[in-house]
Formats: sequence, C-alpha cells, structure tokens
Amino acid sequence: MPDISIDRPVTDEPRSLADGVPGDARELLRAMLRIRYFEDMVRDMFTRGLVRGSTHLCQGQEAVSVGVCQALTAADAMTCTYRGHGAVLAMGAAPDRSFGELLGKADGLCRGKGGSMHLTDTSVGAYGSNAIVGANLPIAVGHALAAQYLGTGTVAAAFLGDGATNIGAFHESLNLAAIWKLPAIFVIENNHYGEYSPLAATTPIERLADRAASYGIPGVYVDGNDVVAVRAVAKDAVARAREGKGPTLIEADTYRQQGHSRSDPATYRPPGELEAWLQRDPITRMEQALLSAGHVPAGELELIREEERREISAAAERAMNWPDPSPEARFEEVYA
Amino acid sequence: MSEVLNYRHAIARAIADEMAADPAVILIGEDVAAAGGAFKSTAGLLERFGPDRVRDTPISEQAIVGAATGAAMRGLRPVAEIMFADFAGVCFDQIANQLAKYRYMTGGQVTLPVTIRMAGGAGAGFAAQHSQCTENWFLNIPGLKIAVPGTVPDLYGLLRSAIRDDNPVLVFEHKNLFALKGPVPANDGLVPLGKADLVRQGRDVTIVATQQMRWRALQAADQLASEGIEAAIIDPRTLVPFDDETVIESLQTTSRLAVVQEAPADGSWGASLIARMTQHHFYLFDAPPLLISGDNTPIPYAAALEAAWLPSADRITSEVRKQVHT
Repeated sequence: MPDISIDRPVTDEPRSLADGVPGDARELLRAMLRIRYFEDMVRDMFTRGLVRGSTHLCQGQEAVSVGVCQALTAADAMTCTYRGHGAVLAMGAAPDRSFGELLGKADGLCRGKGGSMHLTDTSVGAYGSNAIVGANLPIAVGHALAAQYLGTGTVAAAFLGDGATNIGAFHESLNLAAIWKLPAIFVIENNHYGEYSPLAATTPIERLADRAASYGIPGVYVDGNDVVAVRAVAKDAVARAREGKGPTLIEADTYRQQGHSRSDPATYRPPGELEAWLQRDPITRMEQALLSAGHVPAGELELIREEERREISAAAERAMNWPDPSPEARFEEVYA
Repeated sequence: MSEVLNYRHAIARAIADEMAADPAVILIGEDVAAAGGAFKSTAGLLERFGPDRVRDTPISEQAIVGAATGAAMRGLRPVAEIMFADFAGVCFDQIANQLAKYRYMTGGQVTLPVTIRMAGGAGAGFAAQHSQCTENWFLNIPGLKIAVPGTVPDLYGLLRSAIRDDNPVLVFEHKNLFALKGPVPANDGLVPLGKADLVRQGRDVTIVATQQMRWRALQAADQLASEGIEAAIIDPRTLVPFDDETVIESLQTTSRLAVVQEAPADGSWGASLIARMTQHHFYLFDAPPLLISGDNTPIPYAAALEAAWLPSADRITSEVRKQVHT
C-alpha cells in the first residue's frame, strides 16, 4: 500500500478561522479584496464593451486562489483555468498589467495576445490560465517533472473546476503524477456548477476528493471559503510534494457567485442558494473573524477596503490609457 | 567517415547524440525505455542514460504531450514519442491548442523546445487507425514545425535539429522505411529544418514527394527516363517551414509540377504547395499541376486494397507521362 497520508507540518498557525486568525490576516484579507474589486471592475468593463469575447469571474472563490497561492513561491509553477484572474493575481501579478491584458493593450501581461482566458505572468510563477477544461493539468505535470528532474525543490500547482474531474486529462495527469511521485498539487475549485449544469447532474459522487483514491494519493476536502483552512491544507500538500512524497488532490468547497460567463445570468440556480452562499462569503467571514477576535477595529477594515478599491481603480485607469498593440505585432511570437 | 545504419537505429542514435550533448534532453513515451520502443527505435537509451532521462509512461497521450510542454517551459528539451501517428488524435488538444499556441497566447513568455516523434505511413497492413500520414492534420496550426524524413541521414539530421530547435517540432517517422539503410555522418550531420533536398535533376517535370513516395517517385523517374522524360525530384524534408525556393528554381526549368503524397488530397501539403505555386508563380507553368494522392477513403486493410490505395510507382509514371505529353 502506498503511503497516502498527509504529514501535517508542525505550525503555530491556526488551521481554520474557527481556530482564530493568523498574524498575517490583514494581508490575506487584502489579497482577497484585491481580487474581488478586480473582478467587480472587470464586470463593469465587460458591460461597457471594453473586455472582448468572454470573461469568467471568480467572485466568491477568492479564498481558494489566495489560500493556495500563499503556499507557493514565484519559483513554483501555478497553472489555472479560464476562471483564473484570481489565481494569477494571488501569485502576485500586477493588477494594471492584468487589466491591460483584458483590455487588449500592448503592455498587457501577454501583450494583448491572450486576453481574459489566457492570463499569464511567468515572472510570478503564473504559467498560464487555460481556456480548455482540464488541459492545464498535463502541463502542470510537466512543470513537476522538470522540478523533479532538475532537483529544484519547486512544486507545480494546478487549479481545476469540479467539471474538469470528468475530463480525460484529469485522469491521465493524476495517474502520471502519482506513478512518478511528482511534486504536484491539484486543487479542485468545487463551485458546484460545470458551466450551467449542477454538479449532481454530471457527477455520481459528492466528494470529489474521493477520486484521489484511484491514484493512491491523498485526497483532502477543505472549506474553500475559509482562506486560513485552504492555506493550511495547501501548505501540507506543498510540503509533502517538496519532500518527494508525490502529489495531493485537494477539493476546496466554494461557490461561484456570478454565472458561468458574462453571458450567463445563472437563472438555473434554485431560489435561496446564492443568498445562502453569500452568508458564507469568504471575505465577509474573514472580516468577521478579525472583528470578533478583536484584531482590528471596524474603522480599519473600512480603511483597508477603501485602499484596495482605490488601488484597483487606479490600476484600471492606468491600463485604459495604454496604447493598443500595433497590428504588425500579430506576427510576433508565433515561433521563438 | 560515416557509418551505415538503418532508419530505425538512426532514431536512437540521434536521440543518444543529443542526450549526450545536452543534459536537458529527456525521452518520454509508451514503452520507450524498458522495451526499447514498440518499433525498437529507442533500444539502448534506458541502459545508457538511465530511468530519470528515459521514461516509460502509461498509455496517456495527453499527459505525455502536456508533460513535455510543461517541462519545456522550465528549460528541459523533451522528446516525446507518440507510438503511432494516428494516436495524435487522442492528444490533439495538447498539440494543437496547447503546445502550438502557448508561446503566442502568453506574448512570448515561454519557449517550447519540444520534439514529438510519431510513426506514420501505410503499406504494411495496419489498416485505418495505424497507417495514416497524419502530418496534414497539423498544417493548419501555426506554431508547429513539421519534419518528414525519408532517408537515414535526413532522419538523423532532422531529428537532431528538431531537438535543438527552440520551437515545437513534430517529426514523422515512416514505418515502411524502418529497414532502410543509409549513412550517418561521424560529425554532427545536422540537417536544417526548412531546406529541401534536390534528389534528382531533370528538365521535363518537377516531382515533389516525401518519405515512401520519394522512393516510389525515384522508381518512376527511372522508368520515365527510359522513355526520354527527365524528372527532377525534390524531397522538401520539412513541411513547415516549406522550402518553396527549391521548387520554384526547378519549375523555372521544367514548367511542370507533380506532387505525390501518401494522404487524401483535401487539406494536404501537396494541395497547399500547388495553391502557392499557381497563385504566385503562375507564369512558370506550361501544364496544369498534378496532385497524386491517396484515395479519399480510410486506408483499407487487405493487401490488394491497400496497394491500390497507395500511389504506386506505376501510377506515378503513367500520370506524369500523361502530364508531360499533354
């Protein structure tokens, strides 16, 4: 039998919001607020016709992006889904260059070649948002293979949606990562909908973490709206990977507060579902934990919100004033 | 000085020489290590370079190509084997949407020195799902380079160049050429990607063909020569980039173009070549160009059916004869 246990590293940090708040709680809160305000701004920009094609927002899922990416460094490799703005920002990408990419500007992260669904910033370890469901998983396996072969001690993290656990690349990737004991972590953002279909309509099991058993690797379920809890399990998985013990599958239980894409009003949601999840909003919960622990006065929370909101607005303003790419730039970067 | 090897062994030699030269080169694929490859074309590499660098994978083509892609982003130069070129269908997304586009979509943030080797080609009774020359599937995907070596030195030299190239290169090996013998140079023997081989000089017609069809075209050219028709033969060796210049130069003498390919005509490199030549060099032609292709059917199994499906030397001879005499 393979060893599929998680060895929890000894840490003084709380393992969930119920245990209290960690010393860097303000930073965690700020990181989530940055994503929330970024996404709110993208929604506005899309409505104003400034963002082209489609865009997939992650309001409500910020704790997963922040919790996991807090367990990584810029030397690690993170790949994510087309609902990936949060993860790329959580790795540390600059909001103005991220807006610039969504706006199709020459100084966008991808020089305007990728847009919302391909947001990438390798300088912070964000190796690509992917517009094909599950396709980032084999690529993350490659990052982990390189880490193992080169002995860099780095890990590869791949985000995926609940729907992606039903695509073939998921199986191939977890199986290969397991058989080679690669330093990889796979994080299911279970937001309960695969595009417009509820999870129960497409998936015969409730606990997606159980799928790990097929690969002989740990499968960990976590409250995905508790940033402290997410970070704790991510740190465990990263530590396990760095020690050469192989991959971990994490299921972070969360909720997509918006529709699938901006063309989806999400009218298929049962009445009351959204409201119930809004009660468990990851940002509100973090703020309440800070307040009840007496960590911060209410006035300071308002100040933090205001600062993050202003920074996002300023970043958007800057990016909107950047020039469009020259049409000739379309021929660049096809080949090295 | 050179050594005579067969096509199959030139594969292992090229990979070994690149692995010896650069520790970033690794080989992954189904049965490439312990078994030495389904076609024995990677025999000896595991023993020489060890299991970290020569890795057997599960039957997981998506994971194989994706792993090569991700590893390349971190500085490795992976060589991935897809056993039969037909299996490219199983990992089409990873090749077409990921590997080919990742550099572009990220504004040049990543470099992808990935070589994917696949064995294609008909003539040995493998039927519809194990016989295709699938290189045409990838012509419509900017970002890839495509090599189709038809001789031992070309295979050796193109494969080495592919591994050294900073772009994704698909190298199609032809199963019916595995026993072919030829020289492998003692020095680097590199063959550049994008340079055609003028296989035979001729004044009357320019035949462009690759791999198995190159050899059949040579047989046809011998027959035609006995009838007083001198055919030039050009093997482009790579389909992307394609060496149009060598074809144009030959057409300036022959004014006739015949393309022979082991695939249906629609959406093929031969059709594209003829389109480019007639669009940009119409004045060079004295006769309509000829596209000699596999039939527009799946590749059949029975010997009699498959032989009829594949363009034969006789068919090439008679169609070119007609073209020249019209």
